[in-house]
Amino acid sequence: MYVWIWRHLPGNVALKLGQALLLFLAVTALLFFVVFPWIEPHLPISQVTVPGEK
Amino acid sequence: MVDTADDTERRERPGPTWGDRVRFVLRGIGQTLITLGVVVLLFVVYEVYVTNWFAEHEQAQVRTALKKQWLDAVKDPLLPLPGQSAPKLPEGQGIAYLYIPRLGRDFGYAIVQGTSQADLEKGPGHYVGTALPGQRGNFAIAGHRVGKGEPFLNLDQLQAGDAVIVQTDSNWFVYRVGGTPGDISAAGLDGVPGREIVDPSDGNVLLPVPDHPDAPAKHRWMTLTTCHPKFTATQRMILHAVLAQTVRAHGLAMPAAISALYNQVRS
Repeated sequence: MYVWIWRHLPGNVALKLGQALLLFLAVTALLFFVVFPWIEPHLPISQVTVPGEK
Repeated sequence: MVDTADDTERRERPGPTWGDRVRFVLRGIGQTLITLGVVVLLFVVYEVYVTNWFAEHEQAQVRTALKKQWLDAVKDPLLPLPGQSAPKLPEGQGIAYLYIPRLGRDFGYAIVQGTSQADLEKGPGHYVGTALPGQRGNFAIAGHRVGKGEPFLNLDQLQAGDAVIVQTDSNWFVYRVGGTPGDISAAGLDGVPGREIVDPSDGNVLLPVPDHPDAPAKHRWMTLTTCHPKFTATQRMILHAVLAQTVRAHGLAMPAAISALYNQVRS
């Protein structure tokens, strides 16, 4: 997959590197702002409460 | 030498060789594993850092709104309206400020009403249905220990007798962590320990007399719950403190009697 992406990025090596970095940052942002906040409530790692008296 | 022969052969023949297919599959597996590893590392970064940025932003909004509410309010929002037994507090809205001298002068959080995941991202949350600050019974709050602003990260550093301060519109309530002097885990007043590690299903820690289902409420308890050990949810760390002192509030400034508590912190 990465080889395929690298081959399809236009320009010389420097340009390709810059674009690859941008792609990585875009994916990271997607993970941080969309995927992780969505997944996290389903994981049993950040529960701090005990059952209330209701 | 073998490689060279192989390359020559490949160039001459159309279509991938058996070796090419194996290499393609292995490379695919390798890249997938590396990708998954990076995603997991990014998740750790998210949990430990990114959630704190979000939470600090939300906490700052709650703090500002609470300050404004108190300045605008004619009377203390925690007092019931005429004809009602308890005030109606919207979930997710700030109700009081929390200070713990042992954790330093920087430690200050607005406590929000409610303990849903959305509430707790804003700050420590008040268990709906438990007592309000200063009331007889048990004023119980929950807070995150790692990530999400991590208000209770260092809750394990508290010692028996340490002050836990709750500021409302009209009063500053000083609770003292229970236990016996030098032993926070020992049963103290009402037979309640200052700190205990319990099962996540143990709701008895929130009772008006913590851990004592049938005891009549005599004292004014405060209970703090968070996860234990750090980074996991296998147990809960619970702190119990009892009201020791009430100081009338005059505006928002910290009274001298409260400020003095910061100088009394002993190691």
